Amino acid sequence: MTTPAHQIKRGVSLYSFQEEYFLRTMSVEDCIRVAGEIGARGIEIIPEQMIPGFPQVTDEFVEQWSAWMERYGTTPVATDLFLDTKLHPDRWLTREEQVASVCRDVDVAVRLGATIVRAIINTPPEVMEEAAPYAEEKGVRLLLEVHAPFHYGHPWILEHLEVMYRTGSPALGLMPDMGTYVERFPRVVSERALRDGAKPELVDLITRTYDDHGDTHALMDVVNYRGGGPVDFGLARQATHYIWSDPKAMLEHMPLIGHIQAKFYEMTPDEVEYSIPYDRIVPVLVEGGFDGHLSSEYEGNRHVQDAFPVDSVEQVRRQHAMFARLLGEPTGEDA
Amino acid sequence: MFDRYIVCEEGFRALDDGRTGGVVEVRMPYYRGLALSMVEAVDLVLDGRPVPAGRTTFTVHGNTYRFDQLPRTTDDRWEMGERAQLAFETDEPLAPGEHEVAVAVRLRISYMPVPGGGRDAKRLTLAAQEI
Repeated sequence: MTTPAHQIKRGVSLYSFQEEYFLRTMSVEDCIRVAGEIGARGIEIIPEQMIPGFPQVTDEFVEQWSAWMERYGTTPVATDLFLDTKLHPDRWLTREEQVASVCRDVDVAVRLGATIVRAIINTPPEVMEEAAPYAEEKGVRLLLEVHAPFHYGHPWILEHLEVMYRTGSPALGLMPDMGTYVERFPRVVSERALRDGAKPELVDLITRTYDDHGDTHALMDVVNYRGGGPVDFGLARQATHYIWSDPKAMLEHMPLIGHIQAKFYEMTPDEVEYSIPYDRIVPVLVEGGFDGHLSSEYEGNRHVQDAFPVDSVEQVRRQHAMFARLLGEPTGEDA
Repeated sequence: MFDRYIVCEEGFRALDDGRTGGVVEVRMPYYRGLALSMVEAVDLVLDGRPVPAGRTTFTVHGNTYRFDQLPRTTDDRWEMGERAQLAFETDEPLAPGEHEVAVAVRLRISYMPVPGGGRDAKRLTLAAQEI
């Protein structure tokens, strides 16, 4: 057997099973079990989604959580925090309250045994800076998600990078969301718009503009000039929210990158993502020496649930078959 | 994102406390739980007529609130997928049979520049009242 050329591991965000969890056809335990069965050993969870009574995490839940990890051969890797700056209707959280909120979520991660916390994109750089010493003390990395429409040259991300490079805090880093590498418009999204009554010629205009990497800035206006309605506007707005950028941009920041949110919209039956070119993304991660988890984040459910049964488990399974192929893992025949 | 699941098909019933009105079970169209202070509105339109928020109450896991209490309720949550009970008073008793139930949920989500939420409408059949 040859030595693998990389240390990239496979994981799944339980967010991927949101449809089934919402409808209570899968429990938290079911989500962990199927992740293990798929070979996604690293578990990422949104505590606010799947821990009733959050932000309290009871000893009973923690015990159960650990028992599940052992039973299904999985490991807690990351938790996702949300910063509810608008918790109160009449005022924003103060900076001090925001830092306290982040530190509380670091504590939740520690309780669950995860060493990575996803900091949501709206977390201000100064809050990251002030929370960093606490995260460091707790042995947790606070990774800012780099989420579409943001990218490494955007002023908001540049402000964060300034904090990361200036402080050099080992607790601060990045968690790129692969939704920043949408090369062609997700088919599940445009087809849903058509079912919702979008005008076919406007859907065609929007998807062609996006796919040609054309100028999407004025799409809302053009759709307006062409007599579009709310569904057409929604689709045009989507086109300005997805972005395509070169995955190689991650190389420059690789030492900061501790985890990948492997967003996907549609895994086809032949196990490729329709709109995100993972066959060009994974080699960049290998080249950069990334040694964390590729963590599945299925987001197609909301675009197909009106017309088709949602099968998040099969979608995640297909993505992991693709990861295993791209990572050069032994297949069933030669394992 | 979960708009189509807001109005639950089961659990629609008449009030059983002597008042006229009913209960409809509703879910939040969002992928995590939220503190109740961020639930800005759960508007109900019954058979085409809006029911004022002042005539409704909102119950999650056994805790009942008036809508004017929600903005200050930061220590209780509406969990993802949880069926909340939206109880409402009407002038006349609810007639047995089908009713058009429309619910719009408005949520204040910090990372979104505009309100989140969604809307759903279903024809529900009033379950027999348990005596």
